[in-house]
Amino acid sequence: MKFFSLVLLFFSISLSSASGAPCGKYLSEDGLVEGECDSAEVDAFDIASLQRGAQIYMNYCLGCHSLKYARYKRVSEDLEIPLEMFQANLVFGDQKLGDLIHIGMESKESKEWFGNAPPDLTLEAGLRGPDWIYTYLKSFYIDDSRPLGVNNKVYENVGMPHVLIGMQGEQFSVCKQIPDIASNGGIKQDPLTGVQLTIEKCGFLEVRQGTGTQTVEEFDQSMKDLTNFLAYMTDPMKKERETIGVYVLLYLFIFTILSYLLYIEFKKDLH
Amino acid sequence: MVTKIMNWFDDRLPITATIERHLTKYPAPINMNIWYLAGVLLVVVLVIQLASGIWLLMNYEPTAEGAFASIQYIMRDVEYGYIIRYMHTTGASAFFALIYLHMFRGMMYGSYQKPRELLWVLGWITYLLLCMLGFTGYVLPWGQMSFWAAQVIMSLFGSIPYFGEDLLTWIRGDYLISGITLNRLFAFHVVLLPLALIAVVFVHILALHEVGSNNPDGVDVKKFKDEDGIPLDTKPFFPYDVMHDLYAIGVFLIFFVTIMFFYPDGGGYVIEYVNYEAADNLKTPEHIVPSWYYTPFYAMLRAVTFPLFGLSAKFLGFVVMAAGIAIFVALPWLDRSPVKSIKYKGIYSKFFLTLFVISFFVLGYLGTVTSTPARTLAAQIFTITYFAYFLLMPIYSKYETCKPVPDRVRLS
Repeated sequence: MKFFSLVLLFFSISLSSASGAPCGKYLSEDGLVEGECDSAEVDAFDIASLQRGAQIYMNYCLGCHSLKYARYKRVSEDLEIPLEMFQANLVFGDQKLGDLIHIGMESKESKEWFGNAPPDLTLEAGLRGPDWIYTYLKSFYIDDSRPLGVNNKVYENVGMPHVLIGMQGEQFSVCKQIPDIASNGGIKQDPLTGVQLTIEKCGFLEVRQGTGTQTVEEFDQSMKDLTNFLAYMTDPMKKERETIGVYVLLYLFIFTILSYLLYIEFKKDLH
Repeated sequence: MVTKIMNWFDDRLPITATIERHLTKYPAPINMNIWYLAGVLLVVVLVIQLASGIWLLMNYEPTAEGAFASIQYIMRDVEYGYIIRYMHTTGASAFFALIYLHMFRGMMYGSYQKPRELLWVLGWITYLLLCMLGFTGYVLPWGQMSFWAAQVIMSLFGSIPYFGEDLLTWIRGDYLISGITLNRLFAFHVVLLPLALIAVVFVHILALHEVGSNNPDGVDVKKFKDEDGIPLDTKPFFPYDVMHDLYAIGVFLIFFVTIMFFYPDGGGYVIEYVNYEAADNLKTPEHIVPSWYYTPFYAMLRAVTFPLFGLSAKFLGFVVMAAGIAIFVALPWLDRSPVKSIKYKGIYSKFFLTLFVISFFVLGYLGTVTSTPARTLAAQIFTITYFAYFLLMPIYSKYETCKPVPDRVRLS
């Protein structure tokens, strides 16, 4: 067993080195951590969430972002959306169900419009990680200094417009008073009055109420669904793979137990 | 009837003799331990790689335009294509994990010492071939990391003085990494290198069966034989070792399959995340890292930061890196110890072997992270301690006091 524990050790050591602050200038709710992504809580087995995500994608994102390695039909099958319903509501133009999900926009033109061609998103969740995508989608805010009037906390000066502003509403980068934390981890207090001290911290995101069609919680859930859909896009086989994997493991456990018994039986000869 | 048929064959091809020599009558030392499993598992992984490789080849398109999309085609549209690909990617990492354990076993028990020098050299050649296979294979998906890793590694040849640039152009077949480079690496990866690997592995096993297996005590089991001339401290490879190996293969496959089906990316180490983006020669990734199995040597490459004797730092780093891989082959002639196994060697051998392992792991870690001045210094120190194990060996292995080696093997 020493051998295998060493193999495991080797893997765990090499796996332990993850990278630092991936989410740019995104502030945590308490304002103490910068650059940590929120968890998208992706779940490949949550079909309803994937369906809602697909709906948002096809309506808001597909105009610019292709999914050129995936096919419409597969999406409808995997997400358990009936073919006719899928064709009627989620396939636009004259595309066939067996086609790859391409877009009509020429990358040459879009490069002129946005400064960069919008990337294909089939594999984006693999490249960035779902948590990054989720946090990025929530982090657009009004910034008049940018050509498109919006900026992003996670991906500064990104060339993408805030397509979902109708859903989310107008979000602003604001300053707030937060407790002043001493180096020992406690909250600093005024030595005379005992009142807890605060400092001003900027960069919090706040939605102006009533400007969007969804509440903050609803929008977060929508973005989780969308992220879940993109995670499915990168790894459409996850569900099937893990289901098969369980059977393969079961088979191997039986095989290993039998071969162990056989080994013990032969070992008796040697003494 | 069966005997008659066997005899007919045996008169024309030594089937029975071969089976006896390599299986039923091959004497395996009785005290072989868990470290001796890496060899048989390597053969298993070799078979996995060959089989999955052939199936990948049926749908892979070796062109700069089509390679990346064809991988996604395999992952999405080919029936169970994702299993085949993940088998191959997990197999690549398993191959290296096992060969490092296999080499370490040899270093620990002095398996490279007389009369097994040639066996060790042949094994080292398989390791070299594996490194080349790993590199050429990594380029084939034509993702960002494929492209830029190829760019970094190939540019090392350009650092050779005088003819480096010409050599680099000759190797790439173009003035930059292009579809032409991809095609030649493809040819090497699927034809030349696997053929060579199979041939060398075959000869490696022949050589092993000529000189016999070493064992954790490093004693010669052929010294004491019974009246039939069979060494006393051995057992026939078949069925005893085969049954043992079968069980070990089961345990190994459980680990293998767990990674393959549940963690195919291996946290970004089996498949690097940057490779989810197609190759783009206008966009350099922020952080170029090689696969984890090369990172100790990559750290050595980056550790050399100063030019010397009119040679560039890059070229010197290349030389140090190449030396780090090449120096293993010299082990049989560096070790002057009268005993083989670390069990009976002196305190210095134990110290330097431990230092070597620590250096290897630390360099491996440093190769995965971005360099800072402190990390570069650490890489320099551990590069020195890595080489110290080898270069000081003629001295410390000769003058240390060893423990007495028993005549026969000991069973713990």
